[in-house]
Amino acid sequence: MNSGRCAACKHLRRRCPSDCVFSPYFPANNPRRFAYVHKIYGASNVGKILLDLPVNRRAEAADSLYYEAYCRIKDPVYGCVGLITILHQQIHNAQCQLARIQAEIGALSTQSQSEVQQFQQVENVGPSFLPDQNGVPNSTSFYDLSTWFD
Amino acid sequence: MKGHQEPRSSSSCAACKFLKRRCTPNCQFAPYFRSDEPKKFVKVHKVFGASNVSKILNEVAEEQREETVNSLVYEAEVRLQDPVYGCIGAIASLQHKMVELQHDLILARARLACYVDQQQRSSHESFFDIDHVDMAPLVDIQEPSAGVVDGFDYNALPFDQFSPFQFP
Repeated sequence: MNSGRCAACKHLRRRCPSDCVFSPYFPANNPRRFAYVHKIYGASNVGKILLDLPVNRRAEAADSLYYEAYCRIKDPVYGCVGLITILHQQIHNAQCQLARIQAEIGALSTQSQSEVQQFQQVENVGPSFLPDQNGVPNSTSFYDLSTWFD
Repeated sequence: MKGHQEPRSSSSCAACKFLKRRCTPNCQFAPYFRSDEPKKFVKVHKVFGASNVSKILNEVAEEQREETVNSLVYEAEVRLQDPVYGCIGAIASLQHKMVELQHDLILARARLACYVDQQQRSSHESFFDIDHVDMAPLVDIQEPSAGVVDGFDYNALPFDQFSPFQFP
């Protein structure tokens, strides 16, 4: 028996061929990794998934299978889908919070602009209300106070 | 003498139809893989295998089995759509979106703080008496959360064991 068997072949108690599909991704020094994926997916399904992929994508596939298997063992009911649900909820909460803050910014911005305009209008009135050099009230003042002097 | 045979179910569940076996009244799969939803079982069988699904269902309480099947079906569907990353790809994408949102929140909170500060200053400096400007903060401006996903224990996932792995 080949003493350099990968973790998969050791677990399956079989010879590890030179072209073993598992050996690059399930090294002998990490038996837990294959044990988890085997428990959830089964060696046959994992082998099929890997063989269906080009060689340069298999390492990532093996990693993601391991992560999902790990999540499923930790949480047999929801697995990694539980995390997806939590993330969706958190995103929803953050979006609501952002919308609230943006609405308040909008309200403050509108209020601030309105105050500036009011202030400017009063400023325009002040000097023009004052009488000119001849003591005649400026008839072009914004607030027509001419009736007050009838 | 003929041995006792279990009564044949009038309609096999989707699992037993697919597996070409007799569907018994106490079939474990029947409540969750109805005969009118054949694709559901095909997907989980392709990814997990019937035997593994059965083992997983046996591990959980009966009242949780429907939820378990739903999550297995979802996981299988995503894996079939994305054989490389499966659900991990979806998680990475959602995490990325969460990081973006947190960044947006930080900017929005800072902007709001500026407006509030501006308003407080203008109410003090204004010649005219602006009535009852609410000086209290309009929102409870909090520090951004410490982690990307509150409540999810990243340390529990064996990410550190696979340094070359990059989320898509």
